[in-house]
Amino acid sequence: MTEIASTNLHVGTRHEISDRVMHILGRVLIYALLAFGAFLFAVPFLWMLSTSLKAKNLVSEVPIVWIPPQLVWENYVTPWQFMPYATWYRNTILLTASNTIGTLIATSLVAFGFARIKFWGRNVHFLILLATMMLPGQVTLIPTYLLWSRLKVINTFWPLMIPQWLTAGYDVFLLRQFFATIPKEMDDAARIDGCGWFGIFWRIVLPMSKPALGVLAITNFTWNWNNFFEPLIYLNSTEKFTVALGLTLFQGRFHREIPGLMAMTLISMIPVLITFYISQRYFIQGIVISGIKG
Amino acid sequence: MNSSALPAATEPRPRRGLRLSPGARDNLAGYLFTLPWMIHLVVLIAFAMLASLGISFTKTDFLTHVEFVGFGNYVDLMGDKLFWKALGNTAYYTFLSVPLSVMFALLIALLLNQKVKGLGFFRLVYYTPSIVSGVAVAIVWQYVLNPRYGMLNLGLKAIGIQGPKWIFSQEWAMPAFIIMGVWGAGGNMLLYLAGLQGIPTALYEAAKIDGASSWRQFWSVTLPMISPTILFNLINNIIGSWQIFSQSYLMTQGGPNNATLTMVLYLYNKGFTQFHFGYASAIAWILFAIVLVFTVLVLRSSDAWVFYEGELRK
Repeated sequence: MTEIASTNLHVGTRHEISDRVMHILGRVLIYALLAFGAFLFAVPFLWMLSTSLKAKNLVSEVPIVWIPPQLVWENYVTPWQFMPYATWYRNTILLTASNTIGTLIATSLVAFGFARIKFWGRNVHFLILLATMMLPGQVTLIPTYLLWSRLKVINTFWPLMIPQWLTAGYDVFLLRQFFATIPKEMDDAARIDGCGWFGIFWRIVLPMSKPALGVLAITNFTWNWNNFFEPLIYLNSTEKFTVALGLTLFQGRFHREIPGLMAMTLISMIPVLITFYISQRYFIQGIVISGIKG
Repeated sequence: MNSSALPAATEPRPRRGLRLSPGARDNLAGYLFTLPWMIHLVVLIAFAMLASLGISFTKTDFLTHVEFVGFGNYVDLMGDKLFWKALGNTAYYTFLSVPLSVMFALLIALLLNQKVKGLGFFRLVYYTPSIVSGVAVAIVWQYVLNPRYGMLNLGLKAIGIQGPKWIFSQEWAMPAFIIMGVWGAGGNMLLYLAGLQGIPTALYEAAKIDGASSWRQFWSVTLPMISPTILFNLINNIIGSWQIFSQSYLMTQGGPNNATLTMVLYLYNKGFTQFHFGYASAIAWILFAIVLVFTVLVLRSSDAWVFYEGELRK
């Protein structure tokens, strides 16, 4: 009997050991999978970086020359000389800045209206707003295009800016969900202190919503910086182009200048990447708070 | 600025000027605050949708002629081989890229949620492709997918596989786009990760006490708890992937032999290069109908598989 008991004990410790081995194996597997995946995800960018510093004749070399024998920094300089990149950056910065600021102001006002003020027809309007999130932009594209062309503003920035300043359903929804989490008792307290709706909005709700406003700012900044479809439709002269459009023009005209193209593409990605890397924690926190489960 | 001039809603006595009941004042304030959206709704959505529907019943380039043709464009579309090709291609892309993206992003998020060291680094690497512009993605993948010197085929060769011609091949051009789609699924991953980190550890502890294996914990705790996030990602991905455009436009122009012609690319070609605005509008409405049907189907099905915490209290 005692023998059996001791064997049981023995088996028990062996179990513990095998558990630990399994655990360590599991960890190794997790890291191996993550590292392999990360490598696959990052390698196109590494190729871009490597190619952007290569001489032209090394681009199609097999096997890939990962570290160029000579770093050709001119690839980052010459494209600026034969294409109006400076103008394209100015245009993109102008559009992105005005649209991000415009969206923030307008969206926060609208979201406040939906979150806080009980006005006639509010719930129906909010349902309509949710429904519009399913509407593909292509449905309204042609009449909108014709409207702008009637107003003779094709090939200007107005068609790219005004709709942005008029808010989008998705943004309003996100911010309204956040505003709704701020206790309404704060409103009453502010009202006793003599605040009107605008006072409540400006003094109470906005200062408490910085994470959500940050998320909205970053997503809109990125979207505008990267946007391709609308500029493609509305802008047709080179000096009005955005960086995204300009890159495609560059690729079309100088299709042998792959290193230069990669250099310029990398530069175009930097503002968005830096914004995200700086605000990573803040941004992720914002996503959690804004609660897509809402 | 919008309504700073308004008197406070429940102020006991409005001083001067407008003498409105509190309810009327709230109505006024509500519409003033939401004015930007209301303008958007009326002009850029309601009016534009009506106009778009109207235009889809005409043959017009809006310069030389406008001709009412009733359902003519829709009838023509039903007999248009290219339209069916575009519809088939887009459906193919959606049916493969959406489930793959949703699952892949979930897998990465689950791995990252195992208290790994260097979480910030991994998150960054997996997330980066999804914040890069479509143009940059198209540019780099054009060379990654090059049959001769592209990384993908060189990598496949290293493990003994002769890679296909990808965007130069009718069969492999769409799969190439699907791979690109999965590569860009980092946005989904971030949402999953947020969802996973929001699951109370008490649930796992309770499951462990009940003797649940890790596999069982995954099925009975993790999956139900993040099912709302899965639903959200699923719907967003479906809506987005039916509208795939920039890859085709920039990398293949719909080729080879229309193998990557998508619905939005066809719409763009009809509307903005051939100026058949009526025909293009009809395509847009069919696209809308498809997106709507799929979204409603997924939402309907969600009762069966999405778990909301609030339901516990029933």
